[in-house]
Amino acid sequence: MSEKVLMKGNEAIAEAALRAGCLHYFGYPITPQTELTAYMAKRLPKTEGGVFLQAESEISAINMVYGVASTGKRVMTSSSSPGVSLKQEGISYLAGSDLPAVIVNVQRGGPGLGGIQPSQSDYFQATKGGGHGDYHLIVLTPSSVQEMADLTSLAFDLADKYRTPAMLLADGTMGQMMEPVELPEPHTSAVDKPWAVTGTQMKRKHNIINSLYLSPEVLEKTNFERYERYAAIERDEVRYESYMMDDAEYCIVAFGIAARVAKNAITAMRKEGMKVGLLRPITVWPFPKDAVHEAAQKVKGFVSVELSMGQMIEDVRLAENCLRPVVLCNRAGGMIPGVDQIVEVTKALMTSVEGGAR
Amino acid sequence: MAVVFQKPKSLTDKELHYCPGCPHGIIHRLVAEAIDTLGIEGRTIGVAPVGCAVMAYDYFSCDMVEAAHGRAPAVATGLKRSIPGNVVFTYQGDGDLASIGMAETVHAATRNENITIIFVNNAIYGMTGGQMAPTSLPGQITQTSPYGRNLETQGYPIRVCEMLSALDAPYYIERVAVNNVKNVLKAKKAVERAFRNQIEGKGFSLIEVVSACPTNWGLTPRKALEWVDERMIPYYPLGVYRDKDAGIGCTPLSMQTFKKEG
Ligand SMILES: Cc1ncc(C[n+]2csc(CCOP(=O)(O)OP(=O)(O)O)c2C)c(N)n1
Ligand code: SF4
Repeated sequence: MSEKVLMKGNEAIAEAALRAGCLHYFGYPITPQTELTAYMAKRLPKTEGGVFLQAESEISAINMVYGVASTGKRVMTSSSSPGVSLKQEGISYLAGSDLPAVIVNVQRGGPGLGGIQPSQSDYFQATKGGGHGDYHLIVLTPSSVQEMADLTSLAFDLADKYRTPAMLLADGTMGQMMEPVELPEPHTSAVDKPWAVTGTQMKRKHNIINSLYLSPEVLEKTNFERYERYAAIERDEVRYESYMMDDAEYCIVAFGIAARVAKNAITAMRKEGMKVGLLRPITVWPFPKDAVHEAAQKVKGFVSVELSMGQMIEDVRLAENCLRPVVLCNRAGGMIPGVDQIVEVTKALMTSVEGGAR
Repeated sequence: MAVVFQKPKSLTDKELHYCPGCPHGIIHRLVAEAIDTLGIEGRTIGVAPVGCAVMAYDYFSCDMVEAAHGRAPAVATGLKRSIPGNVVFTYQGDGDLASIGMAETVHAATRNENITIIFVNNAIYGMTGGQMAPTSLPGQITQTSPYGRNLETQGYPIRVCEMLSALDAPYYIERVAVNNVKNVLKAKKAVERAFRNQIEGKGFSLIEVVSACPTNWGLTPRKALEWVDERMIPYYPLGVYRDKDAGIGCTPLSMQTFKKEG
């Protein structure tokens, strides 16, 4: 076990990536993830085989990632919302060419240039595709600096295992926050990559990294095959935390910084005798549908707490399948819902469900 | 009987899809011959563009990567930085390299990225059916400049070699053509030189090949080759624009060189 160190979330991601054997990083400056890029700029040139490059744009950065991923090596890029929009073309190509890579989005408020304060308003972009075509990313959402490190490690492992890009969907608070963190032990990819373009050495037929299939029959087949892999991910890789759900009558669904505030709100409400619990998705794709669906069998209603105009709430509604009312408790544009707001919205839900019995 | 002419080893047996009389076939051959001559097929990675040459990944027998439109130099940067001992080349059209991918091109050049770029300038968007390219000539009629390229509203053609050789960093830049035997022989030397530079760790080498697109120029293959002489080459003069070895086209700062891993 390594000892705990005090770190910023952005730095924890960088250190965890290095420890996961990621020696290639390409980025372009943007707030609020700059510490990550700076950490890599400092460390990688001093690391054997390490490559740090500040690309000319996020478009170039993701395509450099595409190049390294094609050789089978672990590689990462990071950005924040406007920059991640620019990466979408490249992400679609990574997905279409079945290349593992890790993309970090330390989200800020939007749309447009938006602001630099924390947000979760890229949820749709991250979980529903983002770029063109049929594809998904594995999307992991840290809720502590410890998870910034752990989920970065996991993102590399899952990306390799399923030959797919994976995204760490953080927010500005997570990126800037300092907390003690136990860093993951150094490890590397355990997955063989016979498809990689490393040079034939005149010993095998050439490998081709490609997403073009002009025959619709063949292209359809690649899509179906990819979705079989997605089905396996949905079956085996759903992760979430269930907090005080055993006796809960109301369920808050929240991830990232929103989940932390929600826990404080639950403590406050429990003191008042209100039985409220939390489902915290750790993977938002795959979304913990079954957990929400099961909760719907016993709770009376859901509150989706989000730093957006209400995006995850659509997945909550799909999962609980109209069994219970689902209400939104949100702030947007870089604002964070507070404990009072969550308590108030939850109480209002109770009143409407129980007809003012409380 | 002695074999006097055969297909280069580093081309596959796949039949090329290019139009009859299209110079892409010749240019593929020049690239493959260079790879064969230098004996580097086993460690060469090619990057195909989006354009008529998109399926180049099927034609070269080395490992291949298909890049998004214009992004080949960035993809090549990743490939080269990942395994510096490999030889990485891109093969790009004018829309790919000089329009949508201009930023990637300029920045790979200014990093003196140790890669080889084969830039095929046919002054038109071939694959999409003949639209105006950044290199379309003044007055050139295309699908999107039906009244002829209007310099006032549609801008001037970009001379890529001249532009890139204004940078301090790039090592080698040459413009060649493949419209007659003499030019093909010169082009062959240039392409080989561009690969050798990379192997020797010298850095960024770009060979612009003034090509033709008989199909979208609306000319017979023979007439298209004449048009190259009459219209293209006067606007895009052939020659070496930067050669740090020979001190050609060098800016004061450009003589400073850094040995790259080749
Ligand atoms: C992002 C994007 N925009 C547009 C296209 C459509 N497209 C395909 S090929 C091409 C032009 C290629 O022209 P050029 O690079 O000159 O190569 P050529 O076909 O002439 O060899 C375009 C615009 C695309 N595939 N992707
Ligand atoms: S469209 Fe033009 S560039 Fe493309 S293959 Fe045909 S002749 Fe060649």
